[in-house]
Amino acid sequence: MAVTREDTFEIAGRELTSRLLLGTGGFRSLEAMAAAIEASGAELVTVALRRIDPASRGSLVDVLDTAGVQLLPNTAGCFTARDAVLTAKLAREAFETDWVKLEVIGDEHTLLPDAPALLEAAEELVDEGFTVLPYTNDDPILARRLEDVGCAAVMPLGSPIGSGQGLLNPYNLRLIRERAQIPVILDAGVGTASDAALAMELGCDAVLCASAISRAEDPVTMARAVRLGVEAGRLAHRAGRIPRRLYAEASTTDAGRGEFG
Amino acid sequence: MRVLVNGEPTELESGATVQSALAALELPGGERGVAVAVDAEVVPRGQWPARELSEGARVEVLRAIQGG
Repeated sequence: MAVTREDTFEIAGRELTSRLLLGTGGFRSLEAMAAAIEASGAELVTVALRRIDPASRGSLVDVLDTAGVQLLPNTAGCFTARDAVLTAKLAREAFETDWVKLEVIGDEHTLLPDAPALLEAAEELVDEGFTVLPYTNDDPILARRLEDVGCAAVMPLGSPIGSGQGLLNPYNLRLIRERAQIPVILDAGVGTASDAALAMELGCDAVLCASAISRAEDPVTMARAVRLGVEAGRLAHRAGRIPRRLYAEASTTDAGRGEFG
Repeated sequence: MRVLVNGEPTELESGATVQSALAALELPGGERGVAVAVDAEVVPRGQWPARELSEGARVEVLRAIQGG
């Protein structure tokens, strides 16, 4: 397969050029966020819903409008299927999108997904007409179940949210990618550009990155680095890597060697 | 009539609507990107002016924040 310049992918029929999705949490200011969005090239960015803070300044939605990105509301902070479904419905009202990054969290220390509640909420939201992108464990069977109930993509974690530990189980991620018919977006755990590159080399269709960029000392430079990591990993995946071998294999032929007695 | 707006006890005239509860909040930045639930049910924007609140109603007014 020749590697052409154009290499888009689709989620629920929406064509995306950038394979880096950006989480907007953790930036020190709206200005820093806007600069990082531009450097990242992301077309899809996540937002959350919280009670109105009368002291808040600046409109996040206006800044994101100016950046020309599509919003992907999340259900961060929801610990039950009921809360996640209600939050998704509120997000649909607030942002006029039926896309949702579905999070149903199992405990506040690991922020790992609550698998049964996640599946229950996903099924209900699909039935309600949502385009559901669930944040899920790196479990190939759960990923398949989420696909079976009609999710538009699956978003397995590399490691816990904000931990920056990279991809703890590349083998499972590869199994998820091998078996899924829908896009697989690595979500959570990316600490730096090489983690994003590895996810793409494993065959993930895209990477969602938040803290690694927003909490870096220099978010704009890290946004660019992760963007390049995603592109490098994607190209490497398409190019087809050599197999791992136990022993060396010379790249220079033995034929025609000089004989020096 | 007393309702809870984002957990805060709030005094409103009887017959007050979702819209009047929002007016009392003086939303910074207007109503764009805002969503409302009353007693754990979404109230679509188009129903804000007509939807009356009852005594003790729990009104949640949410807006976009930065989040992963």
